[in-house]
Amino acid sequence: MIAFVVRRLLQSLVVMLAVAFIAFSLFNFVGDPILNMMGQDATQAQRDAMRELLGLNDSFVRQFVRFVGNVLRGDFGVSYRLGLPVANLIVERLPATLELSFCAAVLALSIGVPLGVYTGLHRHGAMSRFFLVISLIGVSLPTFLIGILLILFFAVVLGWLPSFGRGEVVRIGWWSTGFLTRDGWRALILPSVTLCLFQLTLIMRLVRAEMMEVLRTDYIKFARARGLTNRAVNFGHALKNTLIPVITITGLQIGAIVAFAIVTETVFQWPGMGFLFIQAIQVVDIPIMSTYLVLIAFIFVVINLVVDLLYYAVDPRLRIGRGAGH
Amino acid sequence: MNMLKLAVLAAAVAVGLAQAAEAATFRYSTQNDILGLDPHANNHGVTNAMKANFYEPLVQRLPDGTLAPALATEWQLLNPTTWRFRLRANVRFHGGEPFSADDVVFSFDRVRQQTSDMSYTVSAIERITKVDDLTIDIVTRGPNPVLLQDLTLFFVMNKAWTERNNAVPVVRTAGATNFPNLNVNGTGPFRLQERVIDTRTVLVPNPQWWGRANHNITQAVFQPIANPATRLAALLSGEMDLIYPIPQQNIQQASQAANVRVVQGPTARTIYLGFDVFRDDLVDQPGTRNPFKDVRVRQAVYHAIDIETIRRVTMRGSSQPTGLFIAPAIGGFQADMNDRLPFNAERARQLLTEAGYPNGFTITFHCPNNRYINDEAICTAIVPMLARVGIQARLVAQAMTQHINQIQGPGFNTSFYLLGWTPGNFDISNPLRELLTVDEGGGAFNIGRYRSARLEALRPMIVNETDQARRTALIREALTIFRNDLPLIPLHQEPQVFGLRGTVENFDMHVQEDIRLFQVRMR
Repeated sequence: MIAFVVRRLLQSLVVMLAVAFIAFSLFNFVGDPILNMMGQDATQAQRDAMRELLGLNDSFVRQFVRFVGNVLRGDFGVSYRLGLPVANLIVERLPATLELSFCAAVLALSIGVPLGVYTGLHRHGAMSRFFLVISLIGVSLPTFLIGILLILFFAVVLGWLPSFGRGEVVRIGWWSTGFLTRDGWRALILPSVTLCLFQLTLIMRLVRAEMMEVLRTDYIKFARARGLTNRAVNFGHALKNTLIPVITITGLQIGAIVAFAIVTETVFQWPGMGFLFIQAIQVVDIPIMSTYLVLIAFIFVVINLVVDLLYYAVDPRLRIGRGAGH
Repeated sequence: MNMLKLAVLAAAVAVGLAQAAEAATFRYSTQNDILGLDPHANNHGVTNAMKANFYEPLVQRLPDGTLAPALATEWQLLNPTTWRFRLRANVRFHGGEPFSADDVVFSFDRVRQQTSDMSYTVSAIERITKVDDLTIDIVTRGPNPVLLQDLTLFFVMNKAWTERNNAVPVVRTAGATNFPNLNVNGTGPFRLQERVIDTRTVLVPNPQWWGRANHNITQAVFQPIANPATRLAALLSGEMDLIYPIPQQNIQQASQAANVRVVQGPTARTIYLGFDVFRDDLVDQPGTRNPFKDVRVRQAVYHAIDIETIRRVTMRGSSQPTGLFIAPAIGGFQADMNDRLPFNAERARQLLTEAGYPNGFTITFHCPNNRYINDEAICTAIVPMLARVGIQARLVAQAMTQHINQIQGPGFNTSFYLLGWTPGNFDISNPLRELLTVDEGGGAFNIGRYRSARLEALRPMIVNETDQARRTALIREALTIFRNDLPLIPLHQEPQVFGLRGTVENFDMHVQEDIRLFQVRMR
């Protein structure tokens, strides 16, 4: 078990190295950082000196090796745009993204799973049809449009919720949280709903399909024949057996929520990592772009690891098969 | 029960009082956050405007473009290259340090560093010497008629504070502390209360400011919102008192909204088309003769452009068509030379035939798509206008970072492109140096490498001529050469469009697109 975890973490290093390499090879195509750093009135000598200072005249391989070397020493570089250490900037933005992703994931799961079960059990009910039609919006409308529509309705027309930002945050050590103020909660609502909608739809439809599949199996019929209550059959047997694919997809989707919070963060001026990344792309801020991509790769690896460990918890066959359990 | 009622009432009154005290909080938003607070590090529109709330120059530019005393009260020319400035007495920095000539000399040395983007503001100055605590002499490298313009963005820092915080070097990347990028100690009308990068910058009035405050705000909150739709929503919902800019396509929607008004005017940025007039072959078609070396072809392109349609349709009627590469607000502008070659497709075809292209030719047209107002739409409109006279333009529209990478030196990989320019010092000498000449280290943005021997000779004369009448004559000669040679085709000056709520009583638009807080009045 421990060997498995260690092996996966070692593999994650390879993944991050590969991501960094691919990212660096793409940076040559995003444009010239010097032009964005220096105003239009800088002299050619100033531009050349800055290019030399940043090591942009070096070959791609040298720049990559230098980046990896610095990262191994814990130095992620300094943002070209803001002139501050990238590590500090990312740490400052991480709580905003994680809190938003957490809320979106909780919403997607706590609404998606029950709706999936309901629509799976009552296949032809009027309510089921209604939920399915509504959920089409979640998969078919692009995120930025949903965000803008929500802003238009709840911020401009009704004036109930703020249209942008994170509201008032409270600092606990290095972590800044919006969970402790009313303002912070109000600011969380629209972005979380925007971000969760796609995942909610996906989970709901996945659970529904799996439920319908499982309900047809013999052991469910047998369970009913034994006279078990509906509740025990539906939740104790049917739902539990649908969970393996749901956990896989949910795990991957949580990674996707963190990574693709970019669009939601941009629409809502949410001061998270994704927004930092988008701005970095616009001005070719290479230190931020590379660090962000490596970090996202790491998050995906960790989430996949957690998913693998959850299989053990949910599926007893795996434990017995590997002889690791009781 | 009565006690409860009383408590509720007291709370209500307290809330009411708090709101009354907050009534003069001015909230505003632009697209980008400032790049930092160090007055000598970055040269960037929004950032420079923010610096001007905290720091002050010797001479300031008022919203109408005229110059007025700031930290200097009077000045006189001792000889053609030496200026004597009398400094304002009894001025204190936010931290309480008295302002003196030492601070000016120190700031001059600091801003001259190679890592400082603002070094261009003092590039014409050879040295600054202290005469006494409130008098300095500025010695320029030659006679300089635009010194005062240059000085408007030369911000003065406090010597002791900067040295105490190890912030003498202007730090742009790795290494030492960035203290002044996160902290402020200026002499200006506002102090920094709070700054959270990319989220908000909060300013409060400086009670010890030497000037008489023209504003009535007790707090200003600057919150950048990158997405134009969200920014507009924040204005419409009342979360913002002022936003900038409003996209052209939203002007009508915003001006029809209740309690919102739209204020617009021209900027000093000129959008223009440029040609490669240097190489013999087209960049994208080696072996094919470069048609733009022939001035008749450049004239034909000029005649082919229907600028009125671009103004009316693409720019929604808010741009200012121009025949010169400088705006009316720029020193050296000549109103009677600002007319354009008329739109005349027939004449364009005739000129192309004379130049040996009766069937036109094919070119690649490079254009940015995220830098200027409707930049890609302008280019898309120009393509069929050129097709009408026989020129087949293949449009390559890309993000500004890629666009500039494409067209910039040393490669200059373009034969035909669109770009915009605002002269940093608001004088014709700047674009003459950067766009239209190549000698003496100039021409960083002379993409087409245009070179006229007479213009090269005229440039230093214009830079150094202090007699206004003689200077104007030189400028008119330079503009005549430009109009005959047409190395660039000016299109228009960009508009600036602000959205204001009814809470804002007075806001003076600045030709530099600055939001200057000390002139904002709230209701």
